[in-house]
Amino acid sequence: MEKNDGVTIIVFSGEMDKVFAAFSIAIGAAAAGKETNMFFTFWGVKAIQKGNLTGKGFFGRMMGLMNRGGINTIGPSRFNFGGIGRWMFKYMMKSHKVTLLEELRKTAIDLGVKLLACEVSMQVMEIDADDLIDEVEKSCGVATMLEKAFHSQVTLFI
Amino acid sequence: MSQEIKADVKLNLEGLLCPIPVVKVSQAIKNLAVGGVLEATATDPGVLADIPAWAKSTGNEVLSIERQSKVITFLIKKVK
Repeated sequence: MEKNDGVTIIVFSGEMDKVFAAFSIAIGAAAAGKETNMFFTFWGVKAIQKGNLTGKGFFGRMMGLMNRGGINTIGPSRFNFGGIGRWMFKYMMKSHKVTLLEELRKTAIDLGVKLLACEVSMQVMEIDADDLIDEVEKSCGVATMLEKAFHSQVTLFI
Repeated sequence: MSQEIKADVKLNLEGLLCPIPVVKVSQAIKNLAVGGVLEATATDPGVLADIPAWAKSTGNEVLSIERQSKVITFLIKKVK
């Protein structure tokens, strides 16, 4: 029997700050004993990529280069300034002893948070299953995400 | 003066920030028997709200909260 009190987080954004919020909330939910699913779609897929270059065709490879994935590559949604902002945020987070994004993702995985990838986003941006971290459960579509959301008490779109 | 209650496990969360204290508390509580008491010390003022909120959503009980300068000490009882 499903408990109907899970948490589903749709991660649409691929920016450091928003992904940070998404993983923090997922961790809090998992720590409260809730079944937690994160569905990464569109730019959000970057947060679960290994970080290697991706793409097959010209545009796909351009995309992979200009919009490179990987949890340590993504910058904040504001004040990125071509990567300086990312460096500054990481520096500030370290000096305030905030857990780094990669560790946060690992904690979420260790707590049993399930990671799902949007299949269409992967196809459009030419990202293979091999380009995603091994902990991603599967790629799927909106029906799978909604099936999780129907059994959730909290559903967030970030 | 809640020090008469003896903790079964002690947990040091000093220097850790949200959401890690709550994660560590939930893991420590998981390893306790029902009725067991966990003593946790933390320095992030956010835990003053967060640990009681976590206890409320998981059905556990915060027996006491004490604040001495920067260190916050919680006694948490595993209810279920």
